[in-house]
Amino acid sequence: MSQPLLEIQNLHASVGGNEILRGVDLKIGAGEVHAVMGPNGSGKSTLAHVLAGRPGYTVTGGTVLYKGRDLLAMVPEERAREGLFLAFQYPVEIPGVSNVYFLKAAVNAVRKHRGLPEYDAMEFLALVKQKAKLVQIDEDLVKRPVNEGFSGGEKKRNEIFQMAMLDPSLAILDETDSGLDIDALRIVAGGVNQLRSPERSMLVVTHYQRLLNYIVPDFLHVLVEGRIVLSGGKELALELEEKGYGWLEKEPPPVAAAR
Amino acid sequence: MIETAAAEKTFAPRPPAPSGERPWLAALRRRAFARFEAAGFPTARDEEWRFTGLQPITNTAWTPAAGRLSLSSLPDGVRRLSAADSEVEAVLARLVPPEKSAFAALNAASFDDAVVLEIARGAVVREPLAVTFTAPEGGGVVHYPRLLVLAGERSQASLVQTFTGTGWSFTDAVTEIALSDGAVLEHTLMQREGEEARHVHAVGARVGRGAVYTSHNVALGAALARTDLDVVLAAEGAECALYGLFLGRGSQHLDMHTTIDHAKPRGTSRELYKGILDGSSRGVFHGKILVRPDAQKTDAIQTNKNLLLSREALVNSTPALEILADDVKCKHGSTTGQLDAAALFYLQSRGIGAEEARALLTWAFAADVAERIPIPSVRADVERELGRRLSRPGEEAA
Repeated sequence: MSQPLLEIQNLHASVGGNEILRGVDLKIGAGEVHAVMGPNGSGKSTLAHVLAGRPGYTVTGGTVLYKGRDLLAMVPEERAREGLFLAFQYPVEIPGVSNVYFLKAAVNAVRKHRGLPEYDAMEFLALVKQKAKLVQIDEDLVKRPVNEGFSGGEKKRNEIFQMAMLDPSLAILDETDSGLDIDALRIVAGGVNQLRSPERSMLVVTHYQRLLNYIVPDFLHVLVEGRIVLSGGKELALELEEKGYGWLEKEPPPVAAAR
Repeated sequence: MIETAAAEKTFAPRPPAPSGERPWLAALRRRAFARFEAAGFPTARDEEWRFTGLQPITNTAWTPAAGRLSLSSLPDGVRRLSAADSEVEAVLARLVPPEKSAFAALNAASFDDAVVLEIARGAVVREPLAVTFTAPEGGGVVHYPRLLVLAGERSQASLVQTFTGTGWSFTDAVTEIALSDGAVLEHTLMQREGEEARHVHAVGARVGRGAVYTSHNVALGAALARTDLDVVLAAEGAECALYGLFLGRGSQHLDMHTTIDHAKPRGTSRELYKGILDGSSRGVFHGKILVRPDAQKTDAIQTNKNLLLSREALVNSTPALEILADDVKCKHGSTTGQLDAAALFYLQSRGIGAEEARALLTWAFAADVAERIPIPSVRADVERELGRRLSRPGEEAA
């Protein structure tokens, strides 16, 4: 078997002195879409942030190999340049920096790292036009300061737009459905689905099953109290929808082999 | 009187020795020097100077020397007068009188040759008027630049005033600007003196009926710099917009004082000052807005925002509103903080390096002031200076 794109082993992490992740194991192969579900406070978002390298999230044990390299030893920008992308649950507003300027700096930093020539203004704008269509984002939004005054749906669309621009190998979607009405959800999920490819893996973190109606995962994992307690196929989502998470919190069931 | 314990180490200016000057000018100099002698230099007990210690100025026996003046060629509609011209008598030292401060008094007593520019009634001057004062070289020298601009009725012009230099010098400057009714003047002020320079500058502007005064006040240089910008909205419907940007690093001390005096009804003022302080530098913003009883329907908004890039940097921000009329709209706000850690991580998570992310956010902080600067060369100076300062943040720590 070829090496997985991402291999997490016995990952422990704490935030503000509280241990949140207590031994997470997870393997993601190239082109696979994995979903992680779990109740509030189970550590889903912590997992997403630890993988992206957010300061304040301290890894206290375990290893993460990404493309065969020690992910945890890389600074956040290096992870991004190596093709890891986090779509934020709460995208940050940055007044005074236009989306276009920000994205050009980001895209060119990534291209430079990969040994590709930087885009000039014309090439870049052509790419913007093409990718903006994909997530149905208004080109005016692209020119405005990053996320400033955007609605919840616009912010999430902007995240997927950035993902399309940066062409990652591993996209982590942190609660991308939160705060979206059904139309916005459909558009965002449509964008994500168009970005599915054999060269791109995804880790979809969500509390609710509804997102998985639109972004159908290959594998699904349930995170409870900082550990993955159950793994299975997409049909597991329906079972969770029906039974909730309570039964998993009380008695640890045998872990079904996902792969 | 000032204390003179170590006389040779103390700044003890000599009285003026006017020769062949017009009597009114000689009288002004005598009056100004008397005022200086009577009041002496301000101390820390003086409210106006509470955050700015003057030892770097008072502990040196500065020798008067001639600085260099550079003046752009004057377009049609603009002429240069002399301080000795009788028509100047009615205005000179009225907007920044000797009573303003010890430094204004010293300047009035000691200025060599004032630059007086008159913009003709109705003239629309497209080329910016550039006035550059370069501090004298040689070390331990003081100069007293003085500028007076008379903007005629309904005239429109852009003034670019620059202070520059390289050495250990003291600049005691005064600028007076009188806008007649309906005049529009955009005043870009760039202070980029040398690292060892001391700089005190008082600007007084009087804005006539329906006239509009806009100021872009940028402080980059000098070890110690204090700028006072006093604007009087002297007639109905007068407007001013004051933008300021001060960038401190190392052990620089940059003090920006502004006063907007709403003297008559229906005046409008907008003020936005931003400070970016690195190293162990210190910034002071003091913004006073006075609304006199007569100034009904005044509309004033003042904002001061400061960004601290290091733990040792410090800023004192004091808004001071004195509102004596009852039918007015006045708002003010002040914030001081560091770069937003969440925004930094957001940029990094997209592949932008930590240093570049810091530079981008710092530039963004300055952008709404910097991008308004109408003079491309000054805007470029600010951009370059921001870039230069941010390229190696580690070296800024004192």
